[in-house]
Amino acid sequence: MNLAPDALKAPAGGGGLIETTYREAVREAIREAMLRDERVFMMGEDVGRYGGCYAVSKGLLAEFGPDRIRDTPLSESGFTGAGIGAAMAGLRPIVELMTVNFSLLALDQILNTAATIRHMSGNQFGVPLVIRMATGAGRQLAAQHSHSLEGWYAHIPGIKVLAPATLEDARGMLWTALLDPDPVLIFENVMLYNMTGQLSAAAGAVDIDKAAVRRAGEDITLITYGGSLWKTLAAATALESENIRAEVIDLRSLRPLDDDTILRSVRKTRRALIVDEGWRSGSLAAEICARIVEGAFFELDAPVRRVCSEEVPIPYARHLEEAAIPQTSKIVAAVKTVFGRS
Amino acid sequence: MTETKDKPHLTRAHALDLLGQMVRIRRFEDKCAELYTQEKIRGFLHLYDGEEAIAVGVISVLEERDRVVSTYREHGHALVRGVPMGAALAEMYGKQEGCCLGRGGSMHLFDSARNFYGGNAIVGGGLPLAVGLGLADHMRRESNVTACFFGDGAVAEGEFHESLNLAALWSLPILFVCENNLYAMGTALALTESETDIQRKSTCYRIQSEALDGMDVVAVEAAARRAVRAVRETGKPYFLECRTYRLRAHSMFDAQLYRDKAEVESWRHREPILRFSEWLQSNNIVHPEDIARIESAVAAEIEQAVAFAEAGQWEPVENLKRFVCAEVGHEPGT
Repeated sequence: MNLAPDALKAPAGGGGLIETTYREAVREAIREAMLRDERVFMMGEDVGRYGGCYAVSKGLLAEFGPDRIRDTPLSESGFTGAGIGAAMAGLRPIVELMTVNFSLLALDQILNTAATIRHMSGNQFGVPLVIRMATGAGRQLAAQHSHSLEGWYAHIPGIKVLAPATLEDARGMLWTALLDPDPVLIFENVMLYNMTGQLSAAAGAVDIDKAAVRRAGEDITLITYGGSLWKTLAAATALESENIRAEVIDLRSLRPLDDDTILRSVRKTRRALIVDEGWRSGSLAAEICARIVEGAFFELDAPVRRVCSEEVPIPYARHLEEAAIPQTSKIVAAVKTVFGRS
Repeated sequence: MTETKDKPHLTRAHALDLLGQMVRIRRFEDKCAELYTQEKIRGFLHLYDGEEAIAVGVISVLEERDRVVSTYREHGHALVRGVPMGAALAEMYGKQEGCCLGRGGSMHLFDSARNFYGGNAIVGGGLPLAVGLGLADHMRRESNVTACFFGDGAVAEGEFHESLNLAALWSLPILFVCENNLYAMGTALALTESETDIQRKSTCYRIQSEALDGMDVVAVEAAARRAVRAVRETGKPYFLECRTYRLRAHSMFDAQLYRDKAEVESWRHREPILRFSEWLQSNNIVHPEDIARIESAVAAEIEQAVAFAEAGQWEPVENLKRFVCAEVGHEPGT
């Protein structure tokens, strides 16, 4: 694999902006990877004839054929393990798991094989595999299709965990992930697939190890990722009327965490609130909170707060589902309590 | 011994090689057990006593370019595949001269130079990996064979069924080798499987298969030769159920409450080394002095391996976090 710095440059193309969706951006990223590197192929349930459960891979079968856009049986552990083996033998597979809930059927392969083999083999083998999956609630899919377990995966040494929240990241993280010599998991929040926006026609690979400040502010740092980014940005806008200028950090990478960007911001704003669609207990939000307390305790003006999912299986009914996960209004209310306002 | 038309021409040199490899595994593991009681080797130690004919018979017919996926009872597979005995033993000592720097131990011997994809200690976990290795060869139109070893315990795992289905469905060049020693740790096959005929399960996936006496090295080698030839020519999977028996405990912690001593004894007369050696001698193919020569060469190799492991160093603790992820300049071959 070419690891030269120029590998990160955007592909050649015209300038200008194009109107696109998050779904199309992911699809274009897959297309580009397939065109650039013949070792890349994709497999998963219904990725071919059906076009992908969330229509991400629609049209790719016709372009690349059934060898490289490979429909699999409902054998998550089997085909994820096959992705690991193929990666160890020199290919660059992209495994699509329909949802994070289904990924639990492949957890053995992800944790016991993909994440361990480099260290356990004394660096003799690596697993340059990319696993993409949908995550998150909001489509009334109830308790077996809607959870946000990316925080669990972020617990595991030996893998990288990404959460693209923007069109640029949806378009650009995949190629960089494929260049990585270790397993990379990409979590795509289901509520983002239909998101539309402008994207540079020349958009290409982006870094996968830095958090991004999506909005600058002076009074509080709001730290989030994935589908919650847009709710958090909306909350930051709403807080302007309260004269609270919130800075918003998009983590982008959940493992490793970019402590520098988080702590630099918190030292400036002296307050922090974390928005995480995972459950509160043992959450990624808890980890970030701990790191802030470890790294910036004496610079804090207020206790660190969290807005997480309620500790319930995600319910079907719309009003209950909405109540279970972070929402803009909850974020606004939580920020106000940091400032002692109700 | 087995009479079969596919029996390889058993020259004296070849017979000595097969016998020598089995003796090498047996004596090495006898030494491992001794070193375990001396606390030189710690953790779990799973010995292959009684099953040596399978590793020797199958791996002997593989080529260098082929691939091997193994289990936590993999010392024999590793040795036959060419992992140096010293590097394997140093690994079991936990020394940095071990084949995996001492990070894997007895259950996780790896050797990338020999396409040895490890010692996998999740029962059944190696099968999907083998499917992926075979898939890579299939997609690149390379005629390598991946030999995947697993025990009868793995047959109860979903990954076994997922992997056989994928291998057959996608026509992948994989030789599945079930080492059926009748016990998943301490639970008998009859207590865990509604259908105890394991070969039959593979036929449900339309995989060509054979069941054979896994304690007869000539039979194993003949079957493996047929199987590897078929996999290489057709690109399709093949399944061997090698019926065998583990003469020692499951691991060094096993008091063997689940089986009678009489049962173990009844299998001893079938054990592969004595059986092959007696047959060779009664047919005048080898002579007692040949066997003495093998024993003394193996003893010397073991002595060197022990010295190598003893002289090995502990990896500095500062290196603990190395190779969790790749380091630039230290990427492995793939």
